Amino acid sequence: MYFYLTALLLGLSFGCLAFGIYISMKIFNIPDITTDGSYTLGGAVTGVMLIHDQPTYIILPSVIAAGAVAGALTGIIHTKLKINALLAGILVMTALYSVNLAVMGRSNLPLINLPTLFSLISFSSNTDINAFWILSAFVVIIIAIIGYLLKTDLGLAMRATGNSESMVRALGVDTDRMKILGLAIANALTALSGYQITQYQGFADISMGIGVVITGLGSVIIAETVINWLHITFVWASLALVLGGAVIFQLVLALTLSLGVDANYLKAATAIFVLLIVGLPRLTRRAA
Amino acid sequence: MIRLTDISKTFNKGQPNEVMAIDALDLTIAAGEYLVIVGSNGSGKSTLLNLVAGSILPTSGTINFDGEDVTRLPDHRRSKWIARVFQNPLSGTAPDLSIIDNFRLAALRTGHKGLRIGVNDVFKARVREKIATLNMGLEIKTGQLMGSLSGGQRQALTLLMSVMDDCNILLLDEPSAALDPRSADIVMRTADSLIKQFNLTAMLVTHNLKDAYTYGNRIIQMSEGKVLHDLSAEQKAGLMQNDLFGWFS
Repeated sequence: MYFYLTALLLGLSFGCLAFGIYISMKIFNIPDITTDGSYTLGGAVTGVMLIHDQPTYIILPSVIAAGAVAGALTGIIHTKLKINALLAGILVMTALYSVNLAVMGRSNLPLINLPTLFSLISFSSNTDINAFWILSAFVVIIIAIIGYLLKTDLGLAMRATGNSESMVRALGVDTDRMKILGLAIANALTALSGYQITQYQGFADISMGIGVVITGLGSVIIAETVINWLHITFVWASLALVLGGAVIFQLVLALTLSLGVDANYLKAATAIFVLLIVGLPRLTRRAA
Repeated sequence: MIRLTDISKTFNKGQPNEVMAIDALDLTIAAGEYLVIVGSNGSGKSTLLNLVAGSILPTSGTINFDGEDVTRLPDHRRSKWIARVFQNPLSGTAPDLSIIDNFRLAALRTGHKGLRIGVNDVFKARVREKIATLNMGLEIKTGQLMGSLSGGQRQALTLLMSVMDDCNILLLDEPSAALDPRSADIVMRTADSLIKQFNLTAMLVTHNLKDAYTYGNRIIQMSEGKVLHDLSAEQKAGLMQNDLFGWFS
């Protein structure tokens, strides 16, 4: 049981990352893999600032700003230098590895007995239950903010940018600026997941972000399957489903581990799981 | 008023596949003029329209709108003058957004897209009223995704969207080419009535000589980046449809 509670908490922590992937991949139609770097960047900034006894109200905006700068860089390289989005993401992600090392000063930062997000408010004496409420509140606020943003006039322009670029340009929208803004938001969200995970697991590590993009991708694809299936057009419902996708993703991984799969093969299991959720709907459609 | 002075556009300059799409063209389009542009493929019609829209920038020459030099402005900065209907109905609308959201963006064409929710009941009522003028029954479907509509419906809505906000210039790039004859007719007639109602300066690129004959109050034929024929309103009124066919033989 504890096993699944942990998976649920991880799922909630990866919710922001999944929103980030949802924004870059589904709303802007840009395959952005800056994720691996900006997630670790979020963790690194969190770790260093916690060690230096910074309060939450300083750490949180710093993490958001760091992620946003990383995303904006990818966006600028992609739009202004007209470099393929995938390559732009790889470039920034690679450079971020050195940045993250420089930020942390070494490859691993343990955060033992430091006050964290989870000791901020106490809803329950059980630390896991307490973490559950804090993470839930956090993610609900984020969903409310993004949901609102996507319904505003600016949000409409962002959604249209990934949908019909010629149209939004003709309607006076600077699509380059929209894409840079979108990637900044996406990677700020990704960094927020790094912020949460670092505090939840109690350390920041230089390799914590390796392959994390697949977690977001898997979550979004699970959500998308349901969104298409139920014909959901409501923004908030879509975001809630993306969060659900992130939780389901972690639960399936937990299940895989509990079946006795060697933890060393977890990444392979993850990749196969994502392949299954991407591939199965297509295979069944072809058969029908 | 649109004034193009000594405009040239060369694609792939200095390469073996160099193409001179527009060759030292001078063209003045008066306010309220509905200019029809015909010409064979590769004559430079679409390039001319793209130059006016700002989707491509000229190699040399200047472009003025109402006396203001816009030569170097990109397309999204010319939207305060220009509304545009594309040949492909998919290009003029966002398929994954609802009809009402598409109209909201169109209503902000010259304005700022900020952090407020602009789709409210007043706005919805205003859009429904506009759409009802099309007599297509779409006014009750404003929550539906744009992508669920037919090409003709989307093209007609794109036209309406162009007059949701201040508009001086309407660019029509073969707006009915991808449509069935009935939808094409509706789209062309809607365009014509909007141009008259809002006193727009319009440019229509078309391969349909019947449309070229029926609509507009000036017609030019382009060939190899230059204007071959240029008929004013009176001359066009005296033109026979067969004369037009003669231009292409």
